[in-house]
Amino acid sequence: MNSEKNIKPVLELKNLKKSFGDNHVLKGFNLKLFEGENLVIMGKSGSGKSVMVKCLVGLIQPDSGNITIKNQDITTMGQTELDLLRTEIGFLFQGSALYDSMTVRENLEFPLRRHKDKIENFQGTEFSVKEALENVGLANAIDLMPAELSGGMQRRVAMARALILKPKIIMYDEPTTGLDPITAKEIIQLMRSIQEKYNTSSIIITHDVDCARVISNRMILLVDGTNYAEGTFEELSNSKDEQIQAFFKN
Amino acid sequence: MNTENAILSKTKSFFAEIGDMTLFAGRFFREVFSPPFEFKELMRQCYNMGNRSLLLVSVTGFILGLVFTLQSRPTLMQFGAQSWMASMVSLSIVREIGPVIIALICAGRIGSGIGAELGSMRVTEQIDAMEVSGTNPFKYLVITRIVATTLMLPLLIIMGDAIALLGSAIVENLKGNVSFLLYFNQVFDALKFSDLLPATVKSVFFGFAIGLVGCYKGYNCAKGTVGVGEASNSAVVYISMLLFIIDFIAVFVTDIFFDI
Repeated sequence: MNSEKNIKPVLELKNLKKSFGDNHVLKGFNLKLFEGENLVIMGKSGSGKSVMVKCLVGLIQPDSGNITIKNQDITTMGQTELDLLRTEIGFLFQGSALYDSMTVRENLEFPLRRHKDKIENFQGTEFSVKEALENVGLANAIDLMPAELSGGMQRRVAMARALILKPKIIMYDEPTTGLDPITAKEIIQLMRSIQEKYNTSSIIITHDVDCARVISNRMILLVDGTNYAEGTFEELSNSKDEQIQAFFKN
Repeated sequence: MNTENAILSKTKSFFAEIGDMTLFAGRFFREVFSPPFEFKELMRQCYNMGNRSLLLVSVTGFILGLVFTLQSRPTLMQFGAQSWMASMVSLSIVREIGPVIIALICAGRIGSGIGAELGSMRVTEQIDAMEVSGTNPFKYLVITRIVATTLMLPLLIIMGDAIALLGSAIVENLKGNVSFLLYFNQVFDALKFSDLLPATVKSVFFGFAIGLVGCYKGYNCAKGTVGVGEASNSAVVYISMLLFIIDFIAVFVTDIFFDI
């Protein structure tokens, strides 16, 4: 994937800085995501991974730096333009963030209410909802409430919701956290199959070394708010640097 | 010195919160008239807040009218003025007691409910999920709820007042042998336009205050389950305080325009 550096990235962060009072979380973070690539970001808890990914979708305003998605700088965008661009980005939250007052069907219909025209060859809301649920193997759960689903099922429904507008970029915020090892493997396999089926580009925030090994094309280690190291899983896991090794020790 | 600093800091944060709430209200007025409009969600909220409060408001109103009449009867009888009962009760309930008591009941049921619901949505990142999916959560969650409370509260208060008068009429019928027809004739003779209009306008402001503070507290909820509890609790405290302030202002304004 490093050979693709001449290709224009679909997403680029330049010198991203973000502080909360005296806590300087991001101190000039840089990132490029290329088409069809799975980029894994690893870092310790509190290292700013979630802040960085929330800056990417405009949930948190950075103090400085540029965020370019599909050649558009999101830091200077108006609300309407940003809402439109967000339909091209799927986001899987750490806690799934399903709307708990709505059924699975209504959760999936929600993004379609305003943006169904963004889907090529749209064949109706019912079709899109069923297709998205079949992709994650949960067609039978369509009329259940989120509270009736297990943690793994909730994560799958959240993935279906993130995918329903057929986004080209997907961001996973700790997709396997809080799941048992078997369910975590199923989720990782699901992420791979989605990537292969829709040729999406993904940013995956994770602590899970197994997840990183299976899914990553490239990795960035985020330490003290900056890019500490970058490379493939093999390159980083074989590094002699103690700080890098600490990420890969069980 | 520490006590002084603590008082100063609490006063500062109180006024900062009032300022934030004013900005929140400003955002509401900026966005309420601009498309897209969430009519379906507005109707759902009207149903949740209006229809689902009917029983509570009805029971409260009925007991209010009943108790008020029972308690007032002996005093009026001492002066041989029990024939004034219908006028006194109707004026008191329609002008003041009905709107304030029912608004306080709704502050507990609706205001705390909004605070807790939006607070838990904030804590579990559901509001962020909504924003990321290209929907403006302020329009979908906040504007619909504030408009629904503003529309529903006057209707609930009118209905609560009517049921309170029914409760009063039942007491008068049982204790004083006053027929329902005579009682309600006296009620309509006593009530004037200048009694109904200010009370209805006041209840619109009550509804707005309940929606605004409930939404503000929930939407800006701090992280964690403690934050949800605090959002719900402080919503009720702020709303109750605000209701009395609005009531106080309303009485002065009514006095200027209608010479009560």
